[in-house]
Amino acid sequence: MGNILTISPHAFSGFVAVAVLLVALLALFALAVVGVAARRAAWVGAVVYGGTAMVCAVVALWAGFALAGRSGAETITLPMGLPWIGAHLRADGLSAFFLLVVNFGGVTASLFGWGYERAQAGEHGGGHGHGDTGPVLPFFPLFLAGMSLVLLADDAFTFLVSWEFMSLTSWLLVLSTHREPDTSEAARLYLIMASAGTACLLLAFGLLASGAGDYQFDAIRQHAPTAGAAAMVVLLILLGAGSKAGLVPLHVWLPLAHPAAPSHVSALMSGVMTKVAIYAMIRVLFDLLGEPVWWWGGALMIVGAVTAVMGVLYALMQDDVKRLLACSTIENIGVIVIALGLALVFKASHTPVIAALALSAALLHVVNHSLFKSLLFFVAGAILTATGSRDLNRLGGLIHRMPVTAVLALIGAAAISALPPLNGFVGEWLLFQAILNAPALPEWSLKIGIAVVGAAVALAAALAAACFVRLYGVAFLGRPRSSEAAGAGEVGVAMLVGMMIPAVLCVLLGVLPTFVIRLFEPAVRAMVEAGPFDDRSYQPWIWLAPTSAIGNSYNGLIMLAAIAALSIPLVLVIHRWASDKVRWSTAWGCGHAEPDPTALSQYSASSFAQPIRRAFGGTVFNAQDRVEMPEPGDTRPARLTALWTDPAWAYLFTPIRRAVNWLADHVDVLQFLTIRSYLTLMFTALVVVLALVAVVRS
Amino acid sequence: MIASVIHQIVQMALVLALAPLLTGWVRLVKARLLGRRGPSLLQPYRDLARLLRKEVVLANNASWLFRSVPYVMFTAIWLAAGLVPVFTTDLALAPTADLIALIALLGTARFFLALAGMDTGTSFGGIGSSREMMIAALAEPAMLMVVFSVAVLVRTTSLAEIATYMMGGTVGLRVSLALALIALVMVAIAENARIPIDNPATHLELTMVHEAMVLEYSGRHLALIEGAAMLKLLLYAALIVCVFLPWGMATPTQGNPLIGLLSFLAKLAAAGTALAVFETSIAKMRVFRVGEFLGGALLLSLLGAIFLYVSRGV
Amino acid sequence: MIDIGYDAAHLLGALVLLTSFALLYQRRLFSLLNVFTVQALALSGAAAWQGYAHDEPHLYITAILTLALKAIAIPVALHRIIQRLHIERTVEPALGIGLTMVAGVSLVTLSILLVLPVTENATALTREDLALSLSVVLLGLLMMISRRNAVSQVVGFMSIENGLILAAVGVAGMPLVVEMSIAFSVMVAFIIFGIFLFQIRERFETLDMRKIESFRGESD
Repeated sequence: MGNILTISPHAFSGFVAVAVLLVALLALFALAVVGVAARRAAWVGAVVYGGTAMVCAVVALWAGFALAGRSGAETITLPMGLPWIGAHLRADGLSAFFLLVVNFGGVTASLFGWGYERAQAGEHGGGHGHGDTGPVLPFFPLFLAGMSLVLLADDAFTFLVSWEFMSLTSWLLVLSTHREPDTSEAARLYLIMASAGTACLLLAFGLLASGAGDYQFDAIRQHAPTAGAAAMVVLLILLGAGSKAGLVPLHVWLPLAHPAAPSHVSALMSGVMTKVAIYAMIRVLFDLLGEPVWWWGGALMIVGAVTAVMGVLYALMQDDVKRLLACSTIENIGVIVIALGLALVFKASHTPVIAALALSAALLHVVNHSLFKSLLFFVAGAILTATGSRDLNRLGGLIHRMPVTAVLALIGAAAISALPPLNGFVGEWLLFQAILNAPALPEWSLKIGIAVVGAAVALAAALAAACFVRLYGVAFLGRPRSSEAAGAGEVGVAMLVGMMIPAVLCVLLGVLPTFVIRLFEPAVRAMVEAGPFDDRSYQPWIWLAPTSAIGNSYNGLIMLAAIAALSIPLVLVIHRWASDKVRWSTAWGCGHAEPDPTALSQYSASSFAQPIRRAFGGTVFNAQDRVEMPEPGDTRPARLTALWTDPAWAYLFTPIRRAVNWLADHVDVLQFLTIRSYLTLMFTALVVVLALVAVVRS
Repeated sequence: MIASVIHQIVQMALVLALAPLLTGWVRLVKARLLGRRGPSLLQPYRDLARLLRKEVVLANNASWLFRSVPYVMFTAIWLAAGLVPVFTTDLALAPTADLIALIALLGTARFFLALAGMDTGTSFGGIGSSREMMIAALAEPAMLMVVFSVAVLVRTTSLAEIATYMMGGTVGLRVSLALALIALVMVAIAENARIPIDNPATHLELTMVHEAMVLEYSGRHLALIEGAAMLKLLLYAALIVCVFLPWGMATPTQGNPLIGLLSFLAKLAAAGTALAVFETSIAKMRVFRVGEFLGGALLLSLLGAIFLYVSRGV
Repeated sequence: MIDIGYDAAHLLGALVLLTSFALLYQRRLFSLLNVFTVQALALSGAAAWQGYAHDEPHLYITAILTLALKAIAIPVALHRIIQRLHIERTVEPALGIGLTMVAGVSLVTLSILLVLPVTENATALTREDLALSLSVVLLGLLMMISRRNAVSQVVGFMSIENGLILAAVGVAGMPLVVEMSIAFSVMVAFIIFGIFLFQIRERFETLDMRKIESFRGESD
């Protein structure tokens, strides 16, 4: 029964696979050239986006079939790059899975982006677009090509070059909205963090290659580094890939840079680029470092737990729709990293089947998050197109003016809040099954630590639900808080289709998750040498019943069927026998609703977050609500200011910035010395080096 | 097989029938403790019937979401209540009766109710929704940690197997279970909007959480929401009874469902009395002390999970 | 099978720990004293049960001593002191309630992580009692540092001593002589505390530690 998805492997392996991938990459480069050369033409948007969508669809299909066919790894060496290395590319199960995720995201983003840019350019009448979209077209296919190259890289050099390429193209895409005031700050911070991250990765790969003497991943696999070097590598990977993924406290660039880009690019950055960083982590920690030690997983879990809780608390403080979504990405990355930590811990204690369970939870969450985060960013783009505003406090009542978008947004919000029978819940359920296996571990601190991490995951999930009730309730429900929101209209078909695809998949994956888990089982097997359904006597396809010492099974289809079976007769019975009369009138509001001329008296975004801000924000963010109340008789309005500080900025980056500035000020003196001083410096340096050589030689 | 399907259908009807009775019993006991005669035991049934007959008055800007939330919420809670073994563990849906899925179903009901509170655009709805989500943000993790403690002990999250294991008598007086029970009771009080978290009998803004969210509902919609609230109280009582005091329940292999039903009714009456006594002897907390109350529940459940390892081995 | 004796001892020890948590949480002095009384009652119950289960009569004496001194004499005396000195009845903790609780749970986890792997060779009951008592001691210390009111600091000190007695009870009792001398030294310390409180109150008109700290070093 498990072979329902097996296709003959021979058609998609070897030469064909390589040819497909290389042609796809070349096609993306060609589209970029077209985007530059023909940028004034009217058809360029359709060609570039359409071409990108088709190329990405082909690659995604190839990756899907490669996974289903369970073919092994294919490699190829290209005669590019450094002369004695060449560029090694390799596609195994893990790469194929992430290629599927990345390119599927590319397809939906291209579709949505095409409609979005047309709307922004005013073709759909009265475009509220603020600022033009700028030069997005050439870099969009390059960004996707860069990400795919990272996934295919098989030696450190190719990996780092592709990583930098990906960062640079995304930086340029962030800069494409350069007319807006926040963008330059966001882009500069992004460039600094990305460069620092790449430096850490460089060091990490250097350490990895030191044992092997060779940069190829195959050689690194054969020669695992020593314990001390491995510990350093883990730390550097957490710093390098973690800053790209958005782990606290290296997340500070994410809420600034992701929203600054155009909406379809934000969807790619949040939904897909962060997953490439996760891929880097998995590749190094599970594959290249060899046998893991138990505390690596523990460190990942602690970082992940802090990230998850802090991320969702950040999201609850934001009033800008896209910043909120970016902070929510931080939370989901935290959850994924927790699952990765669990998988490492179980792999270290030689229970590969449970490790496969945890890794499946992580990979499933990768898929889920890329789907619903893309959907939500597209919704944000639709809102921006329709109302011209990203500020939650200026939205409201959009469910009446944008009915289709509202339904799709509801699906996205429900999915990210882990409500059954949608896909977010399945990911959380799998993660809890993995957490329930904690008592089997030998180390005490792990046993207790995983219980605490489980509480953190539950807390993050509950806060995420609160966050998305806030987003949906303030933006779509209630009454419009501004004239732009009152005058919004539904967006175009291309954007709607771009949103509908992830929404439908969210529902499908929630109801039939076993298909997807079986699909990426080769990726899991490549990393931990076991699958989540091993040791199970029967292989179900409707039930999700992973192998677990403690646990249960879940059936999304029965859940959906039960809800339908109960609700439909309920509606019919009540309407038939109770009453079906409806009268429309003004809202009751305990008698306070009339006369109420302004829609601003309803709850705003910051009012909704106030109880949570007060319960959690006081300790974490030093959040205060300051009220300035004028004396009776004074006609000035009362003013409520909600203040909070980000501890990452306050305790980490501002001191670093001050230290760097201090250092720069003091080193600056070197610019203004006399010629004699420079000569003296050079002479002293030369004498010292010669003396050192003399001492060492003797 | 047939027996389990019949049991399941009977269970779904039973929880529907018993929920207003439990609410009526609690109100009656409270009234007697306060020195009043109190309403009749069947008054909640009459209230629901009256509401069902009335027409619905909708605000001008109410959306389709507002109109469909009562049905979604009622269905979710009814399904969840149908999953908790009440008089027998031999239910057709028992394999899907996963504790985590149950908590998530309750979360779904709460999610949509909070959205409905935001829909009409009055400030009361916002008050109720925001406070409800704050309470949920702490209550749900506490409940999940209770599930963790119980699941690690019993080695499954399936309710039917938990009940069977607890009835087996090998458990003993474990500290983790005591802590988990206290935490679950605290969460149940919070989730059902009982004193000291919320006052179910008020329409004053200061004390409102649940009532504020449903302020705009009327007619059959309000009947469904009130029915769902009664079902939720029954669900939590049944959950506590099923996990911690399951003796008397029938299993697929032994026991009589009728005896199970009688013992369940007795336990339900005892739980209702305990709730009424608790509610009359304590004052309602300030809204921002609720965070500390539930934080205490979360920490208790976390301690319970940690103590699993301290005891006789897991 | 079930070992009721084991579980009951465990439950009583856990009750002592829970009351230490509750001590961190209280906002009013009288309820603080009530919780302390409950802790002392649980402790004497644990000692009595241990004496019954392991057939060691001198633990009964420990139980009676704890009951008389900690559960009756000291709370009554503190009650009188509070009324006589008109001490402020509400106490705000120095850290927020949330932070204090998180710190409390971390301390319990720390004690468990410390004690359980180290005492691999002892019996199970001893190990858990040691873990519980270390937690109670640490929580008592936490209470002393997270409170500003002098009376709450005295109660914190008392609860530290309760933790030590719990440890002694778990390790099958201290010799009676040691027990009596510890009890007497606590009594003496308590009397000295009481005298101090009176004197401080008379001199400075307040027992709030923050205000008293400001007087340090000003006499020169």
